[in-house]
Amino acid sequence: MTTGTTALTEESIYALLENVKDPEVPVISVRELGVLRDVKVEDGKVLVTITPTYTGCPAMDVMREDILAELHKAGITNVEVKQVLAQAWTTDWITEEGKAKLLAYGIAPPEKTADIRALKGGTPVVECPQCGSKDTVMVSLFGSTACKALWKCNACLEPFDQFKCL
Amino acid sequence: MPEQQPLLTYLLRRGDDNLILGQRLGEWCGHGPQLEEDIALANRALDVIGQARNYLQYAGEVEGKQRTEDDLAFLRPEREFVNCKLVEQHNGDYAHTMVRSFLYDAWHLPLQKALTKSSDEQIAAIAGKAVKEISYHLRASSDWVIRFGDGTEESHERVQHALNSLWTYTGELFVQDEVDHVLVKAGVVPEMAPIKAEFDRTVNEVLTEATLQRPADAYMATGGRQGVHGEHMGVLLAEMQYLQRAYPGAEW
Repeated sequence: MTTGTTALTEESIYALLENVKDPEVPVISVRELGVLRDVKVEDGKVLVTITPTYTGCPAMDVMREDILAELHKAGITNVEVKQVLAQAWTTDWITEEGKAKLLAYGIAPPEKTADIRALKGGTPVVECPQCGSKDTVMVSLFGSTACKALWKCNACLEPFDQFKCL
Repeated sequence: MPEQQPLLTYLLRRGDDNLILGQRLGEWCGHGPQLEEDIALANRALDVIGQARNYLQYAGEVEGKQRTEDDLAFLRPEREFVNCKLVEQHNGDYAHTMVRSFLYDAWHLPLQKALTKSSDEQIAAIAGKAVKEISYHLRASSDWVIRFGDGTEESHERVQHALNSLWTYTGELFVQDEVDHVLVKAGVVPEMAPIKAEFDRTVNEVLTEATLQRPADAYMATGGRQGVHGEHMGVLLAEMQYLQRAYPGAEW
């Protein structure tokens, strides 16, 4: 069965949603970010479940709009975007390809595991996304968006963002 | 449902605490002592306003009168706000702002941690997200208390002064009334004793490192939970609610 031009299957919806990027980090899709939790197609209705990264993240409303717009563009209008809080999002849900894209974009990806040390105060070793040096220093726990910290590289002297472990 | 009214009041208290603190932190936007701190405060304001939004949204659902989180935030009068008095205190200097956040975070973190085990699923979910964010807040506010306390003579004096003047608002954080008692029994909210113990541990640890004196427990100001606020609150609300009062229903 088709609606408009796109077959209405979960696979096709996932494929379309690859085009929906994080508005603040436009190289990574909502799936790669771990925000897209589920897609269901039932009786011609699409239910998309997303979860916020940070509670107050203003990008969430934009992502919801972008998901609706992307599906509408494909002629899919019977859509509900539901937001859930549990399980709480963690940086562990950013896919490996997503982390590689962050790095290429100049944002140091979060540490491999959302470990309690980083949350509790142990400062992680973060490699400079520009030159790869480990001689870096955190300037501020809070960066240009809620999910990032601000760092500086002592080797190449460039400032850079780090995706905070959460 | 006998539990509904206490639950509504509890959700408003949690929402209002975060909303009013968020408003205060937001007042620093564009006025921070350095660019990184300006950004950091706006970030933290965003986190707590987000938490407020979750709690007030849920409060609106529980109330069942079709009020949204925005209605609750922007259209309630002062006497209906049930935030603690600590968060409404003026920003003062940077030491004052940081101590206010530190005392709040040191209480808020163990409280939200305990709420992740709430028998109310929605509260547990909101708390589950909040805990991770508040961990960063506490780390940042502790850092500044230590930096000021163990800094220059001037910074030490200012941060001690802030601590002395804000201490009177810490007692209210641990007061439980009939609203809490009903909910504690239902497993929705935790007892305060373990939260006080963790607060004490954090405060003592940080103040020791900061070479600051913990003020003695004396008169503790209360009333916020009953909607009786200090003279700063009206001015804060006048600014926060201005737009929706002047242009009802205005949207971004």
